[in-house]
Amino acid sequence: MSFRLFPVEASSISAEVDQLLFFLIAVSAFFTVVIFAAIFYFAIRYRRRSDNELPRPIPGNIPLEVAWSVIPFGLAMVMFGWGASIFFRERRPPDNALPIYVVAKQWMWKLQHPEGQREINELHIPVGRPVKLTMTSEDVIHSFFVPAFRTKQDVVPGRYTTTWFTATTPGKYHLFCAEYCGTNHSRMGGWIYVMEPEDYQAWLSGSTPGATLAENGQKLFENLACVNCHKAEGSGRCPDLTGLFGKDVKLADGTTVKADEGYIRESILRPEAKIVYGYQPVMPTFQGLVTEENVLGLVEYIKSLGPNPGAGQAEGLAAPGSR
Amino acid sequence: MITAAVAEQETYLNAGHGIKSWLLTKDHKRIGLLYLFTVTFFFFIGGIFATLIRVELLSPNGNLVSSETYNKLFTMHGVVMVFFFLLPSIPATLGNFVLPLMIGARDLAFPRINLLSWYLLVVGGLFAIFAMVAGGVDTGWTFYTPYSTSYSNTWVIATALGIFIAGFSSILTGLNFIVTVHRMRCPGMTWFRMPLFVWAHYATALIQVLGTPVLAVTLVLVLCERLFHIGIFDPALGGDPVLFQHLFWFYSHPAVYIMILPAMGVISELISTFSRKAIFGYGFVAFSSVAIAVLGFLVWGHHLFVSGQSFFAGMVFSFLSYFVAIPSAIKVFNWTATLYKGSISYATPMLYAFGFIGLFTIGGLTGLFVAALGIDVHVTDTYFVVAHFHYIMVGGAIMGYLGGLHFWWPKMTGRMYPEGWAKISALVIFLGFNLTFFPQFILGYLGMPRRYHVYPNEFQVLHVLSTAGASVLAVGYMMPLVYFIWSLKYGAIAGRNPWRATGLEWQTESPPPVHNFDVIPVVTHDAYDYSTVIGEEVHVG
Repeated sequence: MSFRLFPVEASSISAEVDQLLFFLIAVSAFFTVVIFAAIFYFAIRYRRRSDNELPRPIPGNIPLEVAWSVIPFGLAMVMFGWGASIFFRERRPPDNALPIYVVAKQWMWKLQHPEGQREINELHIPVGRPVKLTMTSEDVIHSFFVPAFRTKQDVVPGRYTTTWFTATTPGKYHLFCAEYCGTNHSRMGGWIYVMEPEDYQAWLSGSTPGATLAENGQKLFENLACVNCHKAEGSGRCPDLTGLFGKDVKLADGTTVKADEGYIRESILRPEAKIVYGYQPVMPTFQGLVTEENVLGLVEYIKSLGPNPGAGQAEGLAAPGSR
Repeated sequence: MITAAVAEQETYLNAGHGIKSWLLTKDHKRIGLLYLFTVTFFFFIGGIFATLIRVELLSPNGNLVSSETYNKLFTMHGVVMVFFFLLPSIPATLGNFVLPLMIGARDLAFPRINLLSWYLLVVGGLFAIFAMVAGGVDTGWTFYTPYSTSYSNTWVIATALGIFIAGFSSILTGLNFIVTVHRMRCPGMTWFRMPLFVWAHYATALIQVLGTPVLAVTLVLVLCERLFHIGIFDPALGGDPVLFQHLFWFYSHPAVYIMILPAMGVISELISTFSRKAIFGYGFVAFSSVAIAVLGFLVWGHHLFVSGQSFFAGMVFSFLSYFVAIPSAIKVFNWTATLYKGSISYATPMLYAFGFIGLFTIGGLTGLFVAALGIDVHVTDTYFVVAHFHYIMVGGAIMGYLGGLHFWWPKMTGRMYPEGWAKISALVIFLGFNLTFFPQFILGYLGMPRRYHVYPNEFQVLHVLSTAGASVLAVGYMMPLVYFIWSLKYGAIAGRNPWRATGLEWQTESPPPVHNFDVIPVVTHDAYDYSTVIGEEVHVG
């Protein structure tokens, strides 16, 4: 039986999180020792020796009150700033991140690579390359948690959330569902396999991808007759989707919205929610007609419609929950 | 139940006989005892669930109960302990009993509403018990949507209704305390002469009155979606699941302060009495209670750092969460400073107070960890959080509750508990608690998620340690149950003021007469002026 007291560090952020942890442990240990030592010392030094003892009253001391309010507050602000700066980086995936799509359901993880490989409860990724997950759930809230990466993100039905990490050490790491999701919550786990780049390439070519995610999306785009309205060159009744991804879209109510994955998903499932300026709300909803995995294919296809191929994948992306 | 020696004079205990005199009583002291029986009953129910959870976790394979059963066990443990034990424990038992006595009042402002509050808790509790007996509920005590509204096939409605009804008990108790403190103080009992226990309960009452209605609304919305499929939280019905988390934690974070503030009030009384000194920085300790109550309403979003809530909301809630740490730190420093040049007794309530400070310090400091965004992303929904809130709610609130119960037991019953056994129980509980919950910090940082029925083998050693600690803790909690009952018949007669404490509750008989005071007292001194109770004093310090 393996036994550890401290988790392995396997992502670019792990060591940073652990350094903050050590700072917090040091500060906490200092205050714990000071308080415990003071209590023990006072309790022994000033123990009651006679039943009729009456100590001299000491009402308080303003400078002392200020000191033990201001010093902890200063330390607390250091903790806040340090923690927030890590969080800031955790929430901003780099532009060149490898996109992976995640659909969670009771009680499994379905993961898709853009090249079309599908995995269940396993994810193979290359070492040293940022990986960005775009995630949604088919039923209840789940949470994608990889302790070795010190990363966790809830996976929420009805929207996309994202997270990213760069694995630093090849190996096999736990994937857990961290948000209680029903009967087999504790069995909704799997493994992240971090591989050397050449092993990853071998794995990619060794598994049978079939069509890429975008090709599946394109097929669906034609089968669902999206193409009849969303014509290229903007000749249809609906906006042209070429080069849409990552652009700012002007809406009928005068606001603009960034065309990210969440916007495209919403426009497919709830087209009436955001109407593009100059167009009529004529699009029917596809809620119930397409699965979350279908929608991911459509999103990936629309991303691929950039003016220069692959531009969509290189876009910097919005923060999670920006819907 | 009280022997002849005590029964000669009329007390609140012998003023009426028979079950009806208890079930229809309007005496705050008797209602306090009704609450004592009720919350003790629920504490041991919740404890049985905890025991089963810990025994199951001895093995990583989940081979004692099924996953369905395990999920119901931790849900019902949470529901019972939070809503039917911790929330009413100190305010409704000790607060009910001693708050009017402390301010020189003959009762609470609304005695009938006080009795109604108890009935509401009992009715709510019956709903919860019905749900448990009928098959249980498996949503977790947090009722996260859309699992609770659209997916769970368990007794969600009965449980939620039980909590909804018990919530009104809490609101009415809070209302009663606010009005009582404003209107019923005896002559000379100015705001800044009030014992800090009263300040803490006043702050608690503000949260009960302002926060609990939000929980009630949230539960009604859950019921609407579950019963009538009105889309509020379930995205499949057009709702927003994260909205539920905002509403739930808008109440449930302040609710943590409903549990811990009264315990802090108890500790202030104990530290002062057993060091025979006024609390150092009385004003700072008093206002820190109010500050905690107010700031507690501004930090709910720190439960949602990984929920999909926006990045900026996460920043704001992390920043504000650090503000709550300061008034808590102020209290700990002032309690410690009170000991300086005091006359320190090691009576059992003081041992509980020391235990409280130790465990609350660890619980509070680990709060700084989970408030740090970068750390919380890793530890949220793991055993780190489980350990953190048990240090606050069990290490803090229950140590405070037991300390207070030992302190006021002579006042409530007229009898002393056996001091030797009580000291052993305080020690056993302190050690058992740390053995149970300290390993869970390590487990959590390792990545062990909470609410897991089966878990990887590498976590087993720490789980076994935790379960060993829980067995010690269980023994510690059984001891007071036994010796308190024993003391009702065999305990030494306490007399009015066995601790030589300064509160007005100690100036009347033990147990007190029905109307508390033969003559309404007139207060001429600050709280904690021990020169008024020590006769031929020996000056020290």
